[in-house]
Amino acid sequence: MDIFSDLRRLNKRQVYFQVLNFAMIISSALMIWKGLMVTTGSESPIVVVLSGSMEPAFYRGDLLFLTNYRADPVRAGEIVVFKIEGREIPIVHRVIKLHEKADGKVKFLTKGDNNEVDDRGLYKPGQLWVERDHVVGRARGFVPYVGIVTILMNDYPKLKYAVLGLLGLFVLIHRE
Amino acid sequence: MNTILARLNALFAFSLSVTAAVAFACFLTTNFLDYSQKVDIDVNKVVIKNMEEFYVGDRHDLGHIIFTLKANFTPVFNWNCKELFLYLMAEYETPQNKLNQVVLWDHIINRGENPVVNIRKRSNKYYFFDDGAFLRGNKLQISLHWNIIPNAGYLWRVPGGGSITLDLPESYGTSRI
Repeated sequence: MDIFSDLRRLNKRQVYFQVLNFAMIISSALMIWKGLMVTTGSESPIVVVLSGSMEPAFYRGDLLFLTNYRADPVRAGEIVVFKIEGREIPIVHRVIKLHEKADGKVKFLTKGDNNEVDDRGLYKPGQLWVERDHVVGRARGFVPYVGIVTILMNDYPKLKYAVLGLLGLFVLIHRE
Repeated sequence: MNTILARLNALFAFSLSVTAAVAFACFLTTNFLDYSQKVDIDVNKVVIKNMEEFYVGDRHDLGHIIFTLKANFTPVFNWNCKELFLYLMAEYETPQNKLNQVVLWDHIINRGENPVVNIRKRSNKYYFFDDGAFLRGNKLQISLHWNIIPNAGYLWRVPGGGSITLDLPESYGTSRI
C-alpha cells in the first residue's frame, strides 16, 4: 500500500507537522462550535431531529439551527427545543399555549405537530408546564437530511469508530 | 491519482458542494419576500364555562369558540416552501398574566395540497382553558399566524392580516355546543 510507504518516508519534523495539523482541525471545530454557542446564545446551536413527532415539518435526520436570546421572548406557535428532568434527549416541539406574568416569568405547554395530544404525558410526573430555564433553543433555520450521518453513527457505533478512525488516519498521513 | 476511488471522491465532493450551493440559493432567493396574506376571520359563537381542567385538577374558565376562516395561501407557496403550518391564536390579558396565548386550532398545508383555506363554523380543536377564571367579560384578540417550513432556510413565523377583537360574554353559558 502506497499510503503506508508514505507514512514510512515521513521524517520527524513531518510527523510533528501532521500531528499539529490534526490538533488544528480538532481545535478549529471546537472553536466554531463554541463561537456559535456565544453568537446564538444557545448551549446547543445545532440539533438533529431524532423523532417523527414533528412530521411532516421535520423528519428524522433533519438539521435545525437554534437561537436562544434572552431578550427574545418565547411565543405560541414557535418551535422550541427543551429539556425535561430525567430525560437525556431534548424534545423539539411547538408551543401551543403560553402564559406570561407581568415580571416576564413565562410558562408554556408544547405539542408535537404529529402527535394527537399535548406533551403533559412526556413531562416529568406532576409537571404541567415548560419554563424558560428548560429551553435549550428556538428553531430558526432548517436544513434537511444532513443530520442523518450522526443518526447512522449513533445507531451503528462501529461505523462511527470506522469513520472517525479513517478520517484521523487520513489527516495524519495525508501530505500535500 | 486517477484511480476510480479518487474520481468517485471528486464526484461526490463536487455534487455535495453543488447541493449545498443550490440549498443556499433557495434560502437567499426566498428569504426577503413578504409572506403576509389577508385573512378573513369571523367568530360565530362563544360560550364560557367554568370547569375542572383535566390533568391540572383546578377549576378554570373554559372557552368554546366557533369560527369561520377564509384565506388563500397560493402566493406563499414559492419554491422554497415545503409546508405551511397555520395556527389560530387567541391572545388576551388577565389580572393574573400580562400575556396569554392559546392556540385554538391548527392546520397543515403540504406543498401540492389545496392552498385555499375555507372553513365554516368550526369549533376550536384544542381546549381553551384559561390559567385562572378570567375569561368572562374579557377582550380576546384572535388572529391567524403561519409558520413556513422551507426546503432549506429560515423558519419564518408570519402574523396574518385581519385579526379581530372579541368581547367575551359576561356570564357563564349553559348551552351545549
